[in-house]
Amino acid sequence: MASTSQTSGINAAVPDAATQIEIYRRMSLISQNDEASRRVIRSGRLMMPYYSGKGQEVIPSAISVNLTDEDQICTIYRGIHDMLAKGVPLNDLWAEIAGRVTGTCKGKGGPMHITHPKSGAMLTTGIVGSSMPIANGLAWAAKLDNSKRVVITNFGDGASNIGAFHESLNLASVWKLPVVFVCQNNRFAEHTRYAKGTSVDQISKRAISYGMPGYTVDGNDPFAMYAAANAAITRAREGEGPTLLECMTFRFWGHVFGDDDFYMTKEEKAEAMAKDPTILFRARLLTDGTATEDQLAKIDAKIATDIEAAIEYALGSEMPPVSELTTDVYAEAGVF
Amino acid sequence: MSAETKKLTIIGAVNEGIASCMAADPKVIVLGEDVGDLEGGGIVGVTRGLSAKFGDERVRSTPITEQAIMGAAIGAAMGGYKPVAEIMLMNFTTVAMDMIINHAAKCRYMSGGQTSAPLVVRMMTGAGISAGGQHSDFLEAWFCHTPGLKVVIPSNPEDARGLIVSAINDPDPVIFVECSRAYGTTTDVPVDITPIPLGKAKIVQEGTDVTIISYSEIFARAKLAAVELAKEGISAELIDLRTISPWDREAVIASVAKTGRAVIAHEAVRSFGVGAEIAATLQEELFGKLKAPIKRLGAAFNPVPFSKPLETAHVVSVEQIAAAARSTLT
Ligand SMILES: Cc1ncc(C[n+]2csc(CCOP(=O)(O)OP(=O)(O)O)c2C)c(N)n1
Repeated sequence: MASTSQTSGINAAVPDAATQIEIYRRMSLISQNDEASRRVIRSGRLMMPYYSGKGQEVIPSAISVNLTDEDQICTIYRGIHDMLAKGVPLNDLWAEIAGRVTGTCKGKGGPMHITHPKSGAMLTTGIVGSSMPIANGLAWAAKLDNSKRVVITNFGDGASNIGAFHESLNLASVWKLPVVFVCQNNRFAEHTRYAKGTSVDQISKRAISYGMPGYTVDGNDPFAMYAAANAAITRAREGEGPTLLECMTFRFWGHVFGDDDFYMTKEEKAEAMAKDPTILFRARLLTDGTATEDQLAKIDAKIATDIEAAIEYALGSEMPPVSELTTDVYAEAGVF
Repeated sequence: MSAETKKLTIIGAVNEGIASCMAADPKVIVLGEDVGDLEGGGIVGVTRGLSAKFGDERVRSTPITEQAIMGAAIGAAMGGYKPVAEIMLMNFTTVAMDMIINHAAKCRYMSGGQTSAPLVVRMMTGAGISAGGQHSDFLEAWFCHTPGLKVVIPSNPEDARGLIVSAINDPDPVIFVECSRAYGTTTDVPVDITPIPLGKAKIVQEGTDVTIISYSEIFARAKLAAVELAKEGISAELIDLRTISPWDREAVIASVAKTGRAVIAHEAVRSFGVGAEIAATLQEELFGKLKAPIKRLGAAFNPVPFSKPLETAHVVSVEQIAAAARSTLT
């Protein structure tokens, strides 16, 4: 259970070479997509609030390689990295971000609300903490279906101070739901430093109150993340109940893109950014001999092409017609 | 269909309605505080017998956890189930408002139709049972003001049973309000269950002089007022809205077009209430045809008080409804 020895107690599964390369592919996708998002916003071609998940890319990448297409995720406004790792198609995602009718949600959701049930991406909420109660319901449905489906619910460290977190962990525990609570602890809630708002030194310790295992994991280490996710997901799949994973990480681009990070020191930021998880993991794959430069370069290049194509597809797509304004309010049109 | 009838309360009617849906569709599930039989089958017994009949997996007592109850209902609904969630009292929806307003009501729209939350949230409320300011409010206007939600408030057992069946089978989230004062209302109802479509009002009594529009237990008061008015030679047409959102504009407008006069009465505070919406619509549609200003009746703008005379004075009375109707004729 929650301890400073981090993942002690986890039966450490090790990703095979192909899985490691797949984790890298997802990380590269997230990193390159983030770079492209910031570029497109800066160029003025798109206007949107952007909560970058760059720096946190290991977490969903190492989790999602343990998931099937039937498994589901819920996430938050800072969740495009989670969506990409789960497999939401780039074209649909970019079109949604651009408010186009070809977007996942016909442009009615926007960057803070990507939903794509076909990929198992059930919810992106803009309300801190709200991914958790709904994930429980999806997990309850999985249980009632007698399926092996598992639900992952992502949230920040700040969200562990809101009531919904506590209600959700309690209910998931007493109902033994197949859900994994993934706290992406990036040290800050908006501009407030972790310790100023949180009563415990590790959020994983809160799991004790709810009778479930809790682990603090190095969320920037693909091997540690993979092992922790594998253990929690296996436990959920086997019907043994929920787990709380606290994944230690850092967000590179502040709370919302454009904020000036006044609330942290330049040194703190520089130190974290010097350890770019994608660059480090790429280097490791090469030094370990897990992949060749040629192999990884091809992966990176394919992603770059796909992202450029998605941006052009999105910006070239039609805006939703005004007739869409009043559809999808109810199942039936013309209720009002 | 049999023509047989039996006596039923609103408690029994809602219970029968839910039970019939659970028997017909294994996807119908129930959750809420104390809803299971081991916990008494709900604080007034609306869900009594359901867990015995359909099992603890489908009828789940929850901790005291309104946000988690609503979240579980929304997630299960997204996952293909038809949850019937009980929030013990309408005032307790306040601690689950994020789930209801930001998520249940909006998920269909915000996902471009990919997800939806076909669920029912049942709750009881009402002044008159000495429960004070945090256990008595009629807050339906909040929910009516939220696109994506439907709001149903029955006044009698037969409607309650027919409406809960339609609410459970509706593809959108439905707020289903049960008035605590009306729970014990007993009437003869057909043994066979007939669903009552949402969005359809009921003309309970035809009349020619004035239309009285109401719902919930206040409708019973409107009926008593109509008896008084009849003695004075005033013919009132009585409309029970039954579904408050979407409300039956057609029926109400047609009736007021005929009578030229309207009184709207509800338990919730009058200001910014359902009556204001109906009155505004009527003047938009019938300006020039109205024979008198439309009267809106509701509670004064104060919390529900505890002390009996204050609590009694808070809720619209038979006399107030009759006086308002009379005033449209003079
Ligand atoms: C209920 C609620 N309160 C406040 C906000 C405003 N807000 C948006 S993000 C945020 C910080 C959340 O921090 P954390 O949970 O640590 O997630 P992070 O953004 O760091 O990923 C706040 C306060 C909100 N969206 N919802």
